[in-house]
Amino acid sequence: MDSVVLLQRQLVDYTAQLFNEGFLDDQFNQLQQLQDESNPDFVVEVVTLFFEDSERLLNELAKALEQQSIDYRKIDAHVHQLKGSSSSIGAQRVQKVCIAFRNYCEERNIEGCQKCLQQVKNEYSLVKTKLETLFKLEQQVLSAGGSIPWPM
Amino acid sequence: MESCNCIEPQWPAEELLMKYQYISDFFIALAYFSIPLELIYFVKKSSVFPYRWVLVQFGAFIVLCGATHLINLWTFSMHSRTVAVVMTISKVLTAVVSCATALMLVHIIPDLLSVKTRELFLKNKAAELDREMGLIRTQEETGRHVRMLTHEIRSTLDRHTILKTTLVELGRTLALEECALWMPTRTGLELQLSYTLRQQNPVGYTVPIQLPVINQVFSSNRAMKISPNSPVARIRPIAGKYMPGEVVAVRVPLLHLSNFQINDWPELSTRRYALMVLMLPSDSARQWHVHELELVEVVADQVAVALSHAAILEESMRARDLLMEQNVALDHARREAETAIRARNDFLAVMNHEMRTPMHAIIALSSLLQETELTPEQRLMVETILKSSNLLVTLINDVLDLSRLEDGSLQLDLGTFNLHAVFWEVLNLIKPVASVKKLHVTLNLAQDLPECVIGDEKRLMQTTLNVVGNAVKFSKEGSISITAFVAKSESLRDCRAPDFFPVTSDDHFYLRVQVKDSGQGINPQEIPKLFTKFAQTQTLATRNSSGSGLGLAICKRFVNLMEGHIWIESEGLGKGCTVIFIVKLRIPERSNESKSPLLPKANHGQSSFPGLKVLVLDDNGVSRMVTQGLLVHLGCDVTAVSSSDECLHMVSQEHKVLFIDVCMPDGFEAAVRLHEKFTKHHERPLIVALAGNTDKVTKENCMRVGMDGVILKPVSVDKMRSVLSDLLEHWVLFDAM
Repeated sequence: MDSVVLLQRQLVDYTAQLFNEGFLDDQFNQLQQLQDESNPDFVVEVVTLFFEDSERLLNELAKALEQQSIDYRKIDAHVHQLKGSSSSIGAQRVQKVCIAFRNYCEERNIEGCQKCLQQVKNEYSLVKTKLETLFKLEQQVLSAGGSIPWPM
Repeated sequence: MESCNCIEPQWPAEELLMKYQYISDFFIALAYFSIPLELIYFVKKSSVFPYRWVLVQFGAFIVLCGATHLINLWTFSMHSRTVAVVMTISKVLTAVVSCATALMLVHIIPDLLSVKTRELFLKNKAAELDREMGLIRTQEETGRHVRMLTHEIRSTLDRHTILKTTLVELGRTLALEECALWMPTRTGLELQLSYTLRQQNPVGYTVPIQLPVINQVFSSNRAMKISPNSPVARIRPIAGKYMPGEVVAVRVPLLHLSNFQINDWPELSTRRYALMVLMLPSDSARQWHVHELELVEVVADQVAVALSHAAILEESMRARDLLMEQNVALDHARREAETAIRARNDFLAVMNHEMRTPMHAIIALSSLLQETELTPEQRLMVETILKSSNLLVTLINDVLDLSRLEDGSLQLDLGTFNLHAVFWEVLNLIKPVASVKKLHVTLNLAQDLPECVIGDEKRLMQTTLNVVGNAVKFSKEGSISITAFVAKSESLRDCRAPDFFPVTSDDHFYLRVQVKDSGQGINPQEIPKLFTKFAQTQTLATRNSSGSGLGLAICKRFVNLMEGHIWIESEGLGKGCTVIFIVKLRIPERSNESKSPLLPKANHGQSSFPGLKVLVLDDNGVSRMVTQGLLVHLGCDVTAVSSSDECLHMVSQEHKVLFIDVCMPDGFEAAVRLHEKFTKHHERPLIVALAGNTDKVTKENCMRVGMDGVILKPVSVDKMRSVLSDLLEHWVLFDAM
């Protein structure tokens, strides 16, 4: 039992840390609320989809920015998509960078865009790592026989 | 020779004597015969003689006497027996008739005498009647004169014309030499000659009013004869050589405008009189007749009446002019007020729109700024900017609210809410400020205070917050206590609110909130002013405090809208004060409780909308999945599509709601096409937009394409639940943020 409690405590702390550091926001809580008996892997599914989607978008963005004549509209569309996805799962920092990215897009500031792209990539990889860790922890708790404590 | 029995005449041969007798008898007979003829003739002429029978008798008597004397003629000479017989018969007859006549006359003569007396009597009577006729005629003339005079006088309402006409007409009627009117001066101590008949411009003679002759005239309403030498009568040099004509004076009552009261019309001691003096022509032997004096008195009265009418008319015309002036002024003021109101409304309209737009931008961008990477100093600055702009927005909203409150266009947003939560929220909001000032705030909610009530949550919170905020603002130290409980009927009838008669019933209750602070208190005389807009108490301590002064006025209006009452009790400066307000809240019916989303915990696994067919259109995979998961969690039967073509392909009448992400490029287009597909309103699903922002442009676009609602992403479970329930209840949703 101790290990379960310990694991749970770890999970809670880790989750809290993620929130405090701004990696996740309330939307993630909402997602977790949608997970129930009929839909036990909802969060994982959504997040996985997010990862796939984001990676695709980031590739597209990189390609677009390397072009000779940059199609800002397309870039804007991609960033918009990315922003939408990240806000849907509560990846706050990614979302914020996307907002800035869009501003630079509007200004057609190529340097700004490139800088933002870099930032987005960073943030994305960060949040991806964090979320994967989180899921691992959850798995550990579940396999140890405990239940995942709901966030307060 | 025979012997004759006749008497031998004594003088047988006296021929002369016999001749004279013969002739006299003849004439007597003649007269005797002619008199009855004359009598008959005259009787026939006059028909009123009543005694015909007497006349006949008399006639017979005379005829017979005549006959006798005639027959006597034959007895002078020798005559036969026949003549003697005839003579005897005629004599006998005559004797009889004459005796009868004599007897008759005894009866008749008194009658005849009385006829004479009657005749005399009638003659006297006739003379008397003649006299009286003369009198009546005179009176009738006088009356005619008076009527004519009155008519002339009353035919005008102008004071001067009245007086002038009076004098003229009197002069004409009575053939006066001079007629004058003396009016009292403004001081009332003198009489001034104002009008005369003959002289064109009377020089301002004055006489003191206290002269005995004047007093005498004024003391009675009769016209009195006065001496021609009295000062009032000596207004022109004596024209005639001998005797000045008789003078009569009469008083004319004058009505002072402000004294005019109908009930004391006859006797008013402070009345003023004018004096009318009338002079008969000098050197005429005319005297004032009684009827002339009466005429003068009547005229004087009429003049008084006419003058009073003229005075009333003047007064009423003055009043009317005044009213007209006032009317014009009022009209002007009203127009100015209307202009002011219009200007204010324009100003408010402009303020509403123009000021909110930049404010919105400031707040939005500041909050966005807050979420970026900032140094601590920058963060502090941004927070300050945010706080100040929030304050400003509140002020704008307050002013707008107040104007809407005044127009009466503000209505309460009734809804079910948690009453306890409102107070806790207020407490939480005020705690930071209070702790900075080291004030101790306590909240005391009564046991029987219902949790779930129906009312205007936002405005109740606003009112409470304002009151508590004031308590904190005006207290430098000490404690603040907030108490809320259900008001009992006894405590409802507070002496301070005399016209507040609350009536409790089963589904209503009155919430009583008392906020007591230990601050500087308020002078009881200033309390009424506190609830008026923009007025601030000018005590030193408050002079540097912020606030527009609107707060309490708005609170009062909100409380009134909630059919309640708010008042302040304070014992004086430095003794703290208590603000109490009572508002009316409704208790929801039992059955509503389970459905209302009051409980903050989400109901996991409880499906509120079993089997509700919903379509989700979103081109972003992740976001689509999240929305779908959300709806599935609520029990809906969800179909998720990623393009508008697919959407139109999949949509059917069974789908009740369609969620469209309007950040998609063809999101709006999908809505339009949907409208084209389902022309009848009840056939198509309700369309709700999921938007990243809810500014006016987005809302307008949504409305334009015919969306039924807009929701701001990201959507929480509770939010989605309430959105769906609202949608299904009202078929429209346009304020969910």
